[in-house]
Amino acid sequence: MTQVIELKGVAKRYDSAGAPALGPLDLSVAQGEALAVTGPSGSGKSTLLNLVAGLDKPTEGTVTVDGRRIDRLGEHALARFRRERIGMVFQFFNLLDDLTVLDNIQLPAQLNGVPRRTVRDRAAELMEVLGIQQHARAHPGRLSGGERQRVAVARALVNRPALLLADEPTGALDSASGQDVRDLLLDLHRGGQTIVLVTHDPALAQACASRTVHLVDGHVALDSRAEALR
Amino acid sequence: MTGPLVRVVRSGVGRRRVQTAVIAIATMMAVAAAVVAGSLMVVANAPFDHAFAAQKGAHLTAGFDPAEVTDAQLAATGRLDGVTASAGPYPTALLQVTDSAGRKPPAMTFVGRTGPHATVDDLDLTAGRWAKRPGEVVLSSSYQGPAFTVGDTLTASGTTLSVVGFATSAGRSADAWVTPAQLRALGSKDAPVTRQMLYRFEEAGSTGDIAADRKKLTAAVPTGALLGTRSYLDTKRAADSGAAPTIPFLIAFGVLGLVMSVIIVGSVISGAVGTGLRRIGILKAIGFTPREVVRAYVAQALVPAGAGIALGVVLGNLLALPLLDETEQAYGTAALSVAWWVDLVVPAGALLVVGVAAFVPALRAGRLPTVEAIAVGRAPRTGRGRWAHRAAGRLPLPRAVTYGLAAPFAHPVRAFAMLLAVAFGTIAATFAVGLTSSLDEVGRIQDPEDRAAVTVFTGGPGVAHGEHVPAPGTQEPRQADPAQVSAAIEAQPGTASYYGEAQQDATVVGITGNVRAGLFTGDSGIGAYAMTAGHWLDGTGQLVVPRQFLETTGTEIGDTVRVTVGKETAALRIVGVAFGSAEDQLEIQVNAADFPATRPQVFLVDVKGGVSPTVYAEKLSARIQPLGAEATATSPSRQHNMVLVLNTMAALLTLMLVSVAGLGVLNSVVLDTRERVHDLGVCKAVGMSPRQTVSLVLASVAGIGVLGGLVGVPAGYALHGFVLPVMGHAAGTDLPPSVLDVYGTPQLLLLGLAGLVIALLGAMLPAGWAAGARATALRTE
Repeated sequence: MTQVIELKGVAKRYDSAGAPALGPLDLSVAQGEALAVTGPSGSGKSTLLNLVAGLDKPTEGTVTVDGRRIDRLGEHALARFRRERIGMVFQFFNLLDDLTVLDNIQLPAQLNGVPRRTVRDRAAELMEVLGIQQHARAHPGRLSGGERQRVAVARALVNRPALLLADEPTGALDSASGQDVRDLLLDLHRGGQTIVLVTHDPALAQACASRTVHLVDGHVALDSRAEALR
Repeated sequence: MTGPLVRVVRSGVGRRRVQTAVIAIATMMAVAAAVVAGSLMVVANAPFDHAFAAQKGAHLTAGFDPAEVTDAQLAATGRLDGVTASAGPYPTALLQVTDSAGRKPPAMTFVGRTGPHATVDDLDLTAGRWAKRPGEVVLSSSYQGPAFTVGDTLTASGTTLSVVGFATSAGRSADAWVTPAQLRALGSKDAPVTRQMLYRFEEAGSTGDIAADRKKLTAAVPTGALLGTRSYLDTKRAADSGAAPTIPFLIAFGVLGLVMSVIIVGSVISGAVGTGLRRIGILKAIGFTPREVVRAYVAQALVPAGAGIALGVVLGNLLALPLLDETEQAYGTAALSVAWWVDLVVPAGALLVVGVAAFVPALRAGRLPTVEAIAVGRAPRTGRGRWAHRAAGRLPLPRAVTYGLAAPFAHPVRAFAMLLAVAFGTIAATFAVGLTSSLDEVGRIQDPEDRAAVTVFTGGPGVAHGEHVPAPGTQEPRQADPAQVSAAIEAQPGTASYYGEAQQDATVVGITGNVRAGLFTGDSGIGAYAMTAGHWLDGTGQLVVPRQFLETTGTEIGDTVRVTVGKETAALRIVGVAFGSAEDQLEIQVNAADFPATRPQVFLVDVKGGVSPTVYAEKLSARIQPLGAEATATSPSRQHNMVLVLNTMAALLTLMLVSVAGLGVLNSVVLDTRERVHDLGVCKAVGMSPRQTVSLVLASVAGIGVLGGLVGVPAGYALHGFVLPVMGHAAGTDLPPSVLDVYGTPQLLLLGLAGLVIALLGAMLPAGWAAGARATALRTE
């Protein structure tokens, strides 16, 4: 099976004298897999996500995503890599308040140089699928938390990424909106989208993920796939 | 200020190092510009009066015949009723000198003095040292430059003298100083040694006062002893007229500098406080009172601004000194320095601007409810400028660029301040380019004699070339036969064309006193003055006059006036108005054929292509020296130094103003980048490359740069169109179109880009920071 993510001996230290915030660890995620990364605060979940997204670089080890070593890439190549291969969804949505919903969704594709009409059609398609087409001209500040997260998901998917990264996607939502987002992620997974989901919420992990990795103090304490194999 | 408050200020200053550095640098540059501008405005105010007072200049310079009056009798005249101080008697003579290259500048007034200091005419030694022994000479600073430097030699009366220094006399008492013994040795039958006395009087404010003082002097010495006098009022008129054109220029730059300084300091400080809202909210949340918050933030702005102000005063003084030195030379005055009160008023004003600029937003922040302060500080969601994002998004440009183009609309006040900074920088650049072009053109046209490749001196009296004024009581050298000189020029291979010129005193009906007349022989077209109206002399019976002449006589082009030169009178028709600065005397130009008794004093020769003027002059000299004449390759006159000085000043002041404008942009972009670091992080997270980030930041100022250029170029053009005629009027002349219409369309288009360049240069640094920064902002969640 094709591996979308392969981490080998990866460690990340923020303080050269202290213990690593993450690792050393090995981890791989197969295409179409939905991996939930769980663990207490400070266990290294977000660090792991940042390394996979190319937002940060490991102190040790190699990070390969969609067949490409990204730990050695420069900023420019990383930016290209992110917009072509990765979609990100954040806990606090991180939408640009100056832009309309439609502009937010189109942004990664526009940065990627995709023709205008293609971008517009893709955004319209995503908005329809996610049920937010009526908010196309609205600014994010006017939407509910759930609607904003749907916009964030649409933005993440606009370039048809190989990998969708979600960092506590329901953490800032009420339970109804949280359920909405859960269903959305589940649908995406069923559609074959590879997902890495960082969450505190066991229910979300259980509902959406085909596999769960539990981190404690930067190390893998539990990997459901390994358990199943055992 | 309490301990916690001090710690808050210290940590605030230390934490935002870039902001602190920008405040300090922007304030420093603005204060330096203000000190320079202020100093120049101060010295532009009556420069002669200041220098004359500082040197205790002579109200009256008198020449005496030593055969008729003894030195003791002359010394006694210093104790006459009404005389407050005197100096002399000094031996003096008018001498024709030759420089080491064989050129003959106009005859110079030499004075024998033992030192530069005296109770009257206390000279400023501007370079080198005083002449202590025979064979040494100190020249007037007006000769310093390409013509003479310390160490050069010149020959006078067959004696070689080494230039050991340069000195400035505000009252222009001499062109050169040597020891008294040397002066006596230089005297000859052709250049007799007379005596110079310098006086200051109780009453010397008007021509009448000076006339009364002169009367007392005449009465106090034997009849025939007083050879002549020169009033400081005449020197002052000439000096003021020479300095006048620079005053509007300096004031224009001064005002630009001061206004920009206020705008930049104000926007930098208020912006810095405005972006500290979140921290202010936190301070309030932990118990700081609104008043303490205000004090903390005002102090936080004052610390770097205070350092910038102190450094700015030092830098301003350092920059002002060479400019003032140049101004000294331009004004022919001495010892100009930064006025002490400029060094007090500018920093005090800057502190006030900083205080007010910091106090207003700090007060607003202090009064803001805590929760709101934190919320606002986190991300200024004002909703302003969203329409701009929608509109820009439709432009057929890369998304990073359109996103940046809309950014300024989120902060209209900050964008406006940035626009003003860019516009003022562009105005300065446009004005400076126009001014430089105009001054170059003035330099080209104002001395028609300089256009000739070779000047032939016949050795006659009153040669107008240069600015020499013979000292009272001195004698001019003898003149060669102009007809023979003319024939020699005609016969000299390499002669293209030539004309003769004489300068004589003339009287014109309707004008009290004398005017100076330029009398032209031959093909004077090559030496034609630039005309502001009418045409140059093209026949007999014609007269070309300056604008002042028309005003004084109430005449206009086409009128006929009676002009008397020597014993000859002619009725001449005014055919043109010439450009040229009228200094102390009105100058008219006529055809010498209308006054047949007049003999040319100089011939101005244009040589054929490929002929070296220096070689031509040497060969011609060999031929005409036996006749008593001398040919020299023409060197630029002193007026060109003034052009050079103004050009240098314009370049330096423009550089400063453009730098200040760039710093204003830099500060605004730093503030913007800090505020939008989270949004930039989001953009990077979704794939914005460093190059696209740079495009975004540069695009955020590009619109302002273009608009600043569109505003600044017409404003600079208009400023040039306003200031230049004022400068001309101050110099007593209209300006010909070639001086006023100096901007070409391609030049204006390029200047239009100046605003964009200033904005882009100012934004380059923060754009680099933004591009290099990782999307760490997202980690804070």
